Amino acid sequence: MSRVIHKFTRNVPQWRPRVTPVKLAEATPEQLEALQVTPSNTKVSDYVLTLAHDVESLAVRSPLFNAIMYDPGGMSRAERELGALGASMVNRCIYCAAVHAERHAQLEKDTRVTDELFANGEAADLNERDRAILDFARKSAGAPPAAGPKDMDALRKAGLSDAEILDLILSSALFGWANRLMHVLGDPVRQKADA
Amino acid sequence: MTHFETTILRQSGVTLDSDLADTATARANIFDMTEATEAAVLRPKDFGGFPHDLRAALAARVARLAGDEDLALHFATDAEDRIALADPSTTDAELAGVLAFVDKVANQTRDITADDILALQAAGVSDADIVRLCELVAFLAYQTRVIAGLRLMQGVAP
Repeated sequence: MSRVIHKFTRNVPQWRPRVTPVKLAEATPEQLEALQVTPSNTKVSDYVLTLAHDVESLAVRSPLFNAIMYDPGGMSRAERELGALGASMVNRCIYCAAVHAERHAQLEKDTRVTDELFANGEAADLNERDRAILDFARKSAGAPPAAGPKDMDALRKAGLSDAEILDLILSSALFGWANRLMHVLGDPVRQKADA
Repeated sequence: MTHFETTILRQSGVTLDSDLADTATARANIFDMTEATEAAVLRPKDFGGFPHDLRAALAARVARLAGDEDLALHFATDAEDRIALADPSTTDAELAGVLAFVDKVANQTRDITADDILALQAAGVSDADIVRLCELVAFLAYQTRVIAGLRLMQGVAP
C-alpha cells in the first residue's frame, strides 16, 4: 500500500505515473536511444519511460535540462536549485520540490534555507540574495508570469550579474516545464511502511 | 541559424547589438536546444492525435494565457483552419476536454489531480497523447517565462 504525499518535504518520495509508461521490452529503437538504454544501463525510471511516449521531445529535452542546471559559469548550482524550488513550490509539485530542496541542502551542506522555506513559505526568513532569487522565481512561475521591474531591481541590488540573472530565468522557467510533467502525469507516493 | 534567430531571442528583442548579446552568447547552446524542442513539440514527425496546425493553435492559446500576444501571433501563423482555438475564450464540441485540460495545465497547474487525467482517458485520449499534450503546454510555460524574463532584463514593460 502507498499513500499520496501532499506536504513539502526534502525526503524524496516515489513517483507513481497516472498513465501507463512505455514498456522497455516494447520500446522502439528511437525510444531506446532517447532513454540511453545500453547493455550496462538498463535501469530507467517510470518518469522517463512515461516521457518516452513523446520520444522526439524527450530526446531534445534531456540535454537541455542538463545544460540549464549544470553547465559551468553564471549562477552557482545551489542558486539554480533555489530557482527550481521556487517554481516547484508555486506549482505545488511535491516531487520536484523534494528533489531540488534535497540537492540545494547537499550543495550548501546546510538545510537552513530549505527548512525555512518549507516551514514558512513566502514569509521565510532569508538573506537579501536568496530572498531576491526566491521572489523572482516565485513570481516568474505565476500564471500568467508576474515578475516585474522591482523584482529585477532587487536581483541587481543583491549583486547578481547579468549571467546569473539569465541562469535564474532559465532554471525557474525550466521548472515551469518540469512541474507540468511531473505534477500532472503522476503522484508523489510513499509506502505505508516507511510513511 | 544562429542563436539570435531563435524564437526566444527574437521575441525578447536580444540582438547582436544588445547589451545582453555576450550574456546570451555564453548560453547559445541553451537557446539552440530550446529551438530544437520548439520544433519537437510543434512539428513532430509522430504527431499522434494532434496534427501540426492544431498544435500551433494550442501553442498560441497557451501564449495568450501567459499574456504574450506577440508570441501567440508567432504560433498562430501555422494554425490554419484551427485558428479559432488560439483564442482562450473559444471552445469546440469535439475538443472540449482537451482544451479544458490544456487551459488548466497552463494556468492552474497546482490544481491538477488524477481525476483530470482520468477524464481525458475516459474521453478516449490515449496515454501517449496525454504525454504529448503535457509536453506541448509545459514547453510553452518555459518558453513564455524565458522571454518574459529577458524582456524584463532589458527594461521592457511586461
